Amino acid sequence: MIRLRLERRDSSPVWLSLVLPVAAVLATLLLCSGLVAMAGANVWTAYSTLFLSALSSRVHLVETFVKAAPLIFTGLAVAVAFRAKFWNIGAEGQLLAGAMAAAFVGAREGLPAWTLVPLMILAGAAAGGLWACVPAILRTRYRVDDVVSSLLLNSVIFYAMTALLDGPWKDPLSGYPDSPDILMEAEFPILLQGTRLHLGVLLAVVAAPAIWWVMRRTTLGFMIRAVGENPVASRYAGIQPGAVILKAALLSGALAGLAGVGEVGGLHMQVMAGISPGYGYTGIVIAMLARLNPLGIIPAALFFAVTVTGAESMSRATGVPVFLAEVIQGTALLAMLVALLFNTYRIRIASHG
Amino acid sequence: MDEILAQVFQIGFFAAMIRIATPLIFATLGELFAERAGVLNLGIEGIMLLSAMLGFSAAYFSGSLWLGVLVAIAAGVLAGLLMAGLTVTLGLSQHVSGIGVTMLCSGLAFFLYRLIFGQPSTPPNIRAFETVALPWLSSIPGLGPVLFDQHALVYAALILVPVAAFVLRRTPWGLALRTVGENPHAADSAGVSVAATRYQALMLSGALMGVAGAFLSMAQFNAFTFGVISGRGWVCIALVVFGQWNPWRSAAGALLFALIDTLQLRLQASGVVNVPYQVFLMMPFVLTIVGMALVSRNARAPAALLMPYRKEER
Repeated sequence: MIRLRLERRDSSPVWLSLVLPVAAVLATLLLCSGLVAMAGANVWTAYSTLFLSALSSRVHLVETFVKAAPLIFTGLAVAVAFRAKFWNIGAEGQLLAGAMAAAFVGAREGLPAWTLVPLMILAGAAAGGLWACVPAILRTRYRVDDVVSSLLLNSVIFYAMTALLDGPWKDPLSGYPDSPDILMEAEFPILLQGTRLHLGVLLAVVAAPAIWWVMRRTTLGFMIRAVGENPVASRYAGIQPGAVILKAALLSGALAGLAGVGEVGGLHMQVMAGISPGYGYTGIVIAMLARLNPLGIIPAALFFAVTVTGAESMSRATGVPVFLAEVIQGTALLAMLVALLFNTYRIRIASHG
Repeated sequence: MDEILAQVFQIGFFAAMIRIATPLIFATLGELFAERAGVLNLGIEGIMLLSAMLGFSAAYFSGSLWLGVLVAIAAGVLAGLLMAGLTVTLGLSQHVSGIGVTMLCSGLAFFLYRLIFGQPSTPPNIRAFETVALPWLSSIPGLGPVLFDQHALVYAALILVPVAAFVLRRTPWGLALRTVGENPHAADSAGVSVAATRYQALMLSGALMGVAGAFLSMAQFNAFTFGVISGRGWVCIALVVFGQWNPWRSAAGALLFALIDTLQLRLQASGVVNVPYQVFLMMPFVLTIVGMALVSRNARAPAALLMPYRKEER
């Protein structure tokens, strides 16, 4: 009988960190091509429409970046948290917290007009950060599993939001469950006339290198990585893991909150129930593909933004259902997870008598 | 006040409550088996969705509801196998694998539904399971209509609770399962295969989640909609913790959740009470988190939960 055996690597070569995500993506596309064929479409045509339409014109390209902005933020949020081994599955809920805070501040009359945008950003980041502290405190103080609690808190804040939308925030005229529009002065400036490229996209693109710098060059980043890698040793070094996890949660939640701020201030100008089609969960996939490296988040987020925007065109052109994008996401996450094994292990074929 | 109560607790109230509890009981027990064997199965939400879709489609085209249930079970078992391959054989992170399985299965469910049915203006539906009144028992006043005039799958769920408790507590397989979840090294030295036991637990887990999905699209409702699960899987994760990994307590939790949910529906329909219904919907999540905080100091979570097991590495 032939058995596969996993053997620990002593060190992982640098080239692997580039090869693994690419291999995972290729494996994903190969696996999903079966579905494309099942839908009766030519695999090559479908994939080329999926990936090229998003890059075909200036408008499409800009739309891809607009779509990528919230994904960059949630990807960064997950990356920061996972580095500390704080398993924050709650980016989705923290995004909603940020969106609600931004919509609330953005609709306040009587504030000086120029303060609205900065206040929205601050309020959204604060709301997301504070909401992320709930699972962090539950874990450090009460030893509650952070995966389960952060996951459940997503449902809690989602229902809180829909209660608001159905109640105090309900549109009195149309009766639609969406919040009042933010003031004109609170709308994010458009960076490129005639497109939807808004300030939030710029913030997202700047945030990635900024977070890289924080994680690599600052004491906070060092402590987050130390606690994640070895909480016991870091305690001997005088670092309090509980306090660091709380700070990581604040930073992670703030980033996820900013994803919500961008969607409200730059795109929708209001909050509605469908404001996030699972950006928080996609953030997990993105962070894993980027191997938790903030700089890798941008290409990973762009890849998913391309599949999401391209899926529409592909569906129109070839009849393959748009939901192929979601299958690709799930498969990519699993493929990357498997690929990461090659980072710590090599596979040996051992024959067994 | 009496009037409100009378209006809410009509004859059908408890029967509806049992019906709402049924898919939760199936899926919660499924999750419980996986966790007692040491694997957190976060694939639950997606597995339920995919099973609900495939089961419904099979029933739609074959005209046989039971074939639909079988297909749903098969889908659940396959998804359980995938989860086992990732977390047991490859020893990957259970959290991320589970989220990945949920994403993959949900995506597949939506994709295949669109492929099979296109975008019809009215969603296709089937003649759902009808209630089967048990002779004699269903005429017991009070209890009869609540417990004994139900869907066949409801009876199955009610029987499953004592069976699951018995299997876990009193059978050699149940003992092996619990040992694997508590102390895989001990199980290994006692000659129990940790991997095989976890594979079996995850397949059983998927099968039960499959039945839960089938019940939703073929008994509770008569069609598949994209929101048919809408977080019920996460509720079941919560119920297992809430029930302290005990089948009886977890099933009781499912009933409690169903009570709140039924109450919420009735109150909303009666229009007397002016509390947003979302408050009721978020209650099980809030209660679970509070409960976890209270019990975690002496929590009885399986000791090896979330730990991959490799023989070579001690």
